[in-house]
Amino acid sequence: MIATGQTLKAVAEIKGRSLWVDARRRLARNRAAMASLIILALVALLAVLAPLLSPYAYDEVNYDIIACAPNWWPAEAACRAPGHIFGTDSVGRDLFVRVLFGARVSLAVGLVATLVSLLIGVLYGATAGYLGGRIDTLMMRLVDILYSLPFVFFVIILMVMFDRNFILLFVAIGAVEWLTMARIVRGQTLSIKQKEFIEAARAGGVGPFDIITRHVIPNVVGPVMVYVTLTVPGVILTESFLSFLGLGIQEPLTSWGVLISDGADQMESAPWMLLFPALFMAVTLFCFNFIGDGLRDALDPKDR
Amino acid sequence: MTALLEIENLNVHFALADGDVHAVKDASLSIQEGECLGVVGESGSGKSQLFLAAFGLLASNGRVAGKVKYRGEEILGAPAKRLNALRGGAVTMIFQDPLTSLTPHMKIGGQIVEALMLHRRVPRAEAEQRAREMLDYVRIPESARRLKQYPHELSGGMRQRVMIAMATITGPDLIIADEPTTALDVTVQAQILEILRALKTDKKTAIAMVSHDMGVIAGLADRVQVMRHGEIVESGSADEIFYTPRHDYTRMLLDAIPKAGEKPTPVTAVGAPLLTVDDLKVSFPVKDAGFLRFGKTQLLRALDGISFTLHQGETLGVVGESGCGKSTLARAVLQLLPKTGGRVVWLGRDLDATTQSDIRKLREDFQIVFQDPLASLDPRMPVGLSIAEPLKSLEPQLSREALRQKVRAMMQRVGLEPGWINRYPHELSGGQNQRVGLARAMIVGPKMLVCDEAVSALDVSIQAQIVDLIRDLQAETRLALIFISHDLSVVRRLSHRVMVLYLGRVVELAPSGVLYANPRHPYTRALLSAVLSPDPRAERVRKRELLTGDLPSPLDPRAQLTFLKSRLDQPGYRPRLEQVATDHWVAEHD
Repeated sequence: MIATGQTLKAVAEIKGRSLWVDARRRLARNRAAMASLIILALVALLAVLAPLLSPYAYDEVNYDIIACAPNWWPAEAACRAPGHIFGTDSVGRDLFVRVLFGARVSLAVGLVATLVSLLIGVLYGATAGYLGGRIDTLMMRLVDILYSLPFVFFVIILMVMFDRNFILLFVAIGAVEWLTMARIVRGQTLSIKQKEFIEAARAGGVGPFDIITRHVIPNVVGPVMVYVTLTVPGVILTESFLSFLGLGIQEPLTSWGVLISDGADQMESAPWMLLFPALFMAVTLFCFNFIGDGLRDALDPKDR
Repeated sequence: MTALLEIENLNVHFALADGDVHAVKDASLSIQEGECLGVVGESGSGKSQLFLAAFGLLASNGRVAGKVKYRGEEILGAPAKRLNALRGGAVTMIFQDPLTSLTPHMKIGGQIVEALMLHRRVPRAEAEQRAREMLDYVRIPESARRLKQYPHELSGGMRQRVMIAMATITGPDLIIADEPTTALDVTVQAQILEILRALKTDKKTAIAMVSHDMGVIAGLADRVQVMRHGEIVESGSADEIFYTPRHDYTRMLLDAIPKAGEKPTPVTAVGAPLLTVDDLKVSFPVKDAGFLRFGKTQLLRALDGISFTLHQGETLGVVGESGCGKSTLARAVLQLLPKTGGRVVWLGRDLDATTQSDIRKLREDFQIVFQDPLASLDPRMPVGLSIAEPLKSLEPQLSREALRQKVRAMMQRVGLEPGWINRYPHELSGGQNQRVGLARAMIVGPKMLVCDEAVSALDVSIQAQIVDLIRDLQAETRLALIFISHDLSVVRRLSHRVMVLYLGRVVELAPSGVLYANPRHPYTRALLSAVLSPDPRAERVRKRELLTGDLPSPLDPRAQLTFLKSRLDQPGYRPRLEQVATDHWVAEHD
């Protein structure tokens, strides 16, 4: 019995860890994910500090240097604009500061809309799937009805009702993105609900809400993460599509989507106008993908 | 004379992410014509890989070295064409799971005929004729109709018979049967073993019988090889292995099998029972798959009027084949399933009249351990948290420190290292996971524990340990147990009384000693007779009371009258339970 007491004492040093603590440690060991996080943080920092980093304002028009290449541009160009490290756009605004301002909008829309869809979609889908029966039917038919609303029409109605507003962009995109998430999560929940460990939890007196948050949601995380990494670029592109229709961001404010679509028009005469925003967006999306992959692996204890 | 199959110094390695696994180490064996070789070992002993490797069926990350001679011809590393001609023709295989080994979208007939036409170049008409004969041979009734059915329309036992028919129709010299009866019920297992025995005697086919179950091997094998951790630790004739085992491991395997003489410590039922179940009924609506699901809804009576009582410290064994309602009973008693009729009374309190939230509080009193230890634990929750979970919900006032202490003490009590709290279920073995399941159930200090096939998925040696642990826990806490199993010998070790279920009804309920010594109902007798014993001499000459055919569909109104044929003209009649002695109840039968 003395020996037992000693082992108990020694063992008392070992702290219990939850899945989330373990996941954080595993994520920290994933080099690609950590590098991506750092790059993403840098891009976000640049976006926040944008006004301090450039002597030009994002809406400062200069008709003397329309669509000029940066000084270091290796290929031949019609004109050069010294001091503008990414060159200038078709009304002579500094592209560097515009790309950073675009990052503010694109990152905000991408992250906020995705988080909103993640939060609503996962909770809604898991609840519908777990409760099942009539509640499930009712909840999912509501999703079907929302699905059938034409997206652009929906946005126009919002604009008419609430006036043009930056926040509306989040609302409009988030309101649509969570539907797919809810469906995916509900489907996964239906299969997880059948597993014995859910029954074991019920036998242990665990309530429905705790079962959903403790057992169902951690186990749907794989497909959810994959879908999230697909959602972020989708949302950023949706924003640029809305802006193109005049329903999103308005000039002189800009976003990566708008910059890229402008740049694509000038691709032959001024390739830098496409290159820089596209580069930023590509790197960012890569980072999101790596982080998503890393999170999925980190949350799967079977993966090493 | 050259042996039919000779394997010399076979080595199998698997390249895994964590390094090489040496799955089979220098294994050598030989099988003569018409002989049955039994290969025994627990899970992970490499017994299946040995034969898969010999016939070039290893997974792609496996490497094999050594010599494999079929009738003197080296076949290890032989071209795929030669191996394909051999496999399915002269050497055939039967696997454990007959559903996954049959192609789901092909009719049974097509699959059997295919093997024959491919290997023996028989014209189709003749092949179909032979297929029908073969189905008759493996005792599948209505063979002509069966040939036109799909695999999912047949029961597990029926599918395994189809597999045997497929494996036999080409007239092979050697059949490799890899755990052919493990997924089947005991009565069906006995039928399948009869067929294999007939194959050996009538057709002089050699059989390599791979199994974890000494009982399966005992009746069939001429020679036996025991494998452990990839090595053959002992080989000899069946009599030598079973009666004079030399290796410790063989002895341990034999000792782990529950013996007839073991009995639980007797209890005297005093006072009011803990649990009274009265005329419990559970039925599920089953939809006929009609067009757009407009078919009729039928009621499947999973439990059809079950009554029993349970006292403190007492163990009630519940036996029956799959589909008899054992698991439904466990869940209905524990209020995990809605019941359609009857009453469950816990300590004088009718659980029907109790609200859901009160029932949740009552869960401290009754807990359950499930069959599949891995499936019943959340794969993304460290085991320490899994064990703590019921305590967290049922005694939320406990401090973190108290919770931690309790989890540690409980882990130690069930034989788990308390330092393993942060492990995940996949990092533990099956037996360890089942200990976690047991700890999770016992941590709230229940008065009753339901074990739903709690040891069925475990290796025999682990099984014995878990049963001992359950018995110790029962002795310490005067726990009432409902021990559900299809395995009559395990139930015998623990139970004071045994209840035999057949299609949702009790056919016999008696004190364990009485039931095993003097079974009254024909179904109980068939179940007992199907139990295999690790005694080759007795098994070879044993006469069995076999049930013929399959379990009838529970949707069939006449199914209940299988043992009461005289009342077949009164569909819907339920055999009554009759008291034949104190505590001994038997359902009406002919």
